[in-house]
Amino acid sequence: MNFEFSEEQLFIRDQARNFLSQECTARVVRSILDTPEPYHRALWQKIVELGWTAIAIPEEFGGLGLGYLELCVVAEELGRALAPVPFSSSVYLATEAIKAWGSREQQQYYLPRLASGELIGTLASSEGLGALEVNATVSDKGLHGEKIPVPDGDIADFAVVVARDENAGMGLYLVDLTTTAVTRSALSSMDPSRSQARLVFDGAAANRLGEKADTQAALAQLLDKAAVLFAFEQIGGGQAAMDMGMAYTKQRFAFGRPIASFQAIKHKFADMFVALELARANAYYGAWAMSCDAPDLPLAAATARVSAGDAYYQITRENIQAHGGMGFTWEFDCHLYYRRAQLLSGVIGTQPQWKEAIASRLLSAA
Amino acid sequence: MDFEDTPELAVFRSEVRNWLDANAQRRTDKLFLGMEGDQAFQEAKAWYKKKSQAGFACLTWPREYGGAGLTPLHEVIWTQEVENYRTRDAHFIIGIGNCGPAIMHFASEEAKVKLLPRMASAEDVWCQLFSEPGAGSDVAGLRTRAEPDGDNWILNGQKIWTSGAQYSDYGVVLTRTDPTVSKYRGLTLFMIDMRQPGVEIRPIKQMDGGQHFNEVFFNDAVVPDAYRLGDVGGGWTGALTVLMSERLAISSIQPTGFPQFLELVKSLEINGQPIARDPIVRERLATWYSQYAGLQAVNKRMITAVAKGGIAGAEASLGKLVGAVMNQEIANFACQLFGQAGIIQDDSLSPEQGHFQHSVLFSPGVRLAGGTDEVMRNILAEQVLGLPQEPRADKGMAFQDIPTGNS
Repeated sequence: MNFEFSEEQLFIRDQARNFLSQECTARVVRSILDTPEPYHRALWQKIVELGWTAIAIPEEFGGLGLGYLELCVVAEELGRALAPVPFSSSVYLATEAIKAWGSREQQQYYLPRLASGELIGTLASSEGLGALEVNATVSDKGLHGEKIPVPDGDIADFAVVVARDENAGMGLYLVDLTTTAVTRSALSSMDPSRSQARLVFDGAAANRLGEKADTQAALAQLLDKAAVLFAFEQIGGGQAAMDMGMAYTKQRFAFGRPIASFQAIKHKFADMFVALELARANAYYGAWAMSCDAPDLPLAAATARVSAGDAYYQITRENIQAHGGMGFTWEFDCHLYYRRAQLLSGVIGTQPQWKEAIASRLLSAA
Repeated sequence: MDFEDTPELAVFRSEVRNWLDANAQRRTDKLFLGMEGDQAFQEAKAWYKKKSQAGFACLTWPREYGGAGLTPLHEVIWTQEVENYRTRDAHFIIGIGNCGPAIMHFASEEAKVKLLPRMASAEDVWCQLFSEPGAGSDVAGLRTRAEPDGDNWILNGQKIWTSGAQYSDYGVVLTRTDPTVSKYRGLTLFMIDMRQPGVEIRPIKQMDGGQHFNEVFFNDAVVPDAYRLGDVGGGWTGALTVLMSERLAISSIQPTGFPQFLELVKSLEINGQPIARDPIVRERLATWYSQYAGLQAVNKRMITAVAKGGIAGAEASLGKLVGAVMNQEIANFACQLFGQAGIIQDDSLSPEQGHFQHSVLFSPGVRLAGGTDEVMRNILAEQVLGLPQEPRADKGMAFQDIPTGNS
């Protein structure tokens, strides 16, 4: 038994960490946070050149032909660096959807362009408050309806849209977002270092993705894999926020001693460590399940998601607390992690939905 | 990443399974087997004798000390398989898990050959004598004196929270041999024959009614110098070996209460409604599962580290901290679910033979034994995360000058 990434995978992780520590500093993140720019184009271009968008795309479609484990280690680093780029939307969601259900033609068109960064994709599923409800409709007059919020919806060239046909059957559709039949507007969100948009479709051309697939099941499978990858972003960010808090409390003195020596502070970090290690171990298990398409991937993915979401929230919340008043300022980076924790536990469904997924898996096995 | 056994380990696993099928009873419930009563003790001893004769005792110990000379991964496989059978281990975990490694490390060859094989087969039972009424979390503040007398040492003082002292033939005892130096430097570790007139054992009745623990009094108890473990004044190093082994030994058997809770949720109906449909129950189930699954996955990572030649470090404290709290919270939640009947503690009336009521009353002890939650957090924060220690009022003082609050 071996429950660890391979030397080669860890090498990729280290390289990604080195690259991002230089190219994705807090200043880079803030250049997106503080301006209307939706993402950091120069950073994105370098990420594409490093081949990260091509990692899990087969070689026959212009990819590197590596696996999900390689993608997981990169995700962890993107999360650690709070990278302000549309990687998750384009790679975990759009690319994976087309890999799984695209026709040969669709794969031949989209995958090489996603690998090379020529196209950015996303998934448009949500239509407002609460759990997934689908009113967007495809007919012979094209796609009509509204999606809100769509991650990177104002950046992406195309979206995989969840919509109904005229018989109310659900389907996934490939939709070009650059036409006049799509109105896009950027939304302000709790994490302005990443972009969210409202998309209004008025007769947009829509090509069915995965003609024969059961859409509910297909969407669930897509989100399970994305959940594991997002969990790696969450543990990467959690580790960074915790490291930040420990560095600060070791050098911040009060009552004549470093505040990290007070049990009230150090026990917070012990609890953060516990939450993060549980989340990391669950994410590893999810990565393993994804890498070999294990039957318990749905349970493993939901567990990784819940555990990482809880840990990231706890760590970023307590990191602000441990920083005292400085933690509440715009100047300190505590809020960048706190914002990202909110974003990541919102995209692809919130904690109650994923907890329900765990419960139904555990209880249906009876 | 993979979870496959190597061919050699796969063979071992099937040997273990075959032997267990022939020699142990498969379990049908997930209830924890405790150590109450003489019959349980006799069953446990008989089981160890059988297992030792078959070569499955202390798998990682060298053969000359009663072990099987195998790797930690063999031990992991044994643990995974034996979980499915109704067997009793609780009486011997402290001896084999805590005392064994210290003896292996510090005792003379003669003592090892004489004592360890009998420990491995549970012919001799061992206990650990560290804590004292005035030395709990600050265990290095202990006061039991050992004074030299020719080739012997004479012990006087009192120990407390000694699990299984009433069954024990031997103990590993931490004593003070020099009160004039700092508290860590004046300690010495010994093995002691518990069946001697100078040793008196009194059971402690716990808040749950059970009697796992004892007070042990030494009145001129005699220990030959040949039973000393390590140098005079070097006892703290030995004690740390024992304590670290203890956390490892405990972390593998730490009850979380989760498997029992899952069984309960799957099976219980209240007023004709399965509780599995209650959204609050489902939410709690999912939250605890994410922790329970996390512990199992953390354990897999530790096993991987051990298999690669590393050692499980202070991270082992994590399992105890999480499991102990979860166990208490689950028990309390389950009893609340039962409504007014939840307060009734009667194995014939309460769901799962009263497991949850028992746990409500026993679980506070688990959060204290083997290092309190707070000590675990200190270990994680200081030893794993490298955060600074709390300033200590007794730093650098001779032991005899440290204030006790009693004078």
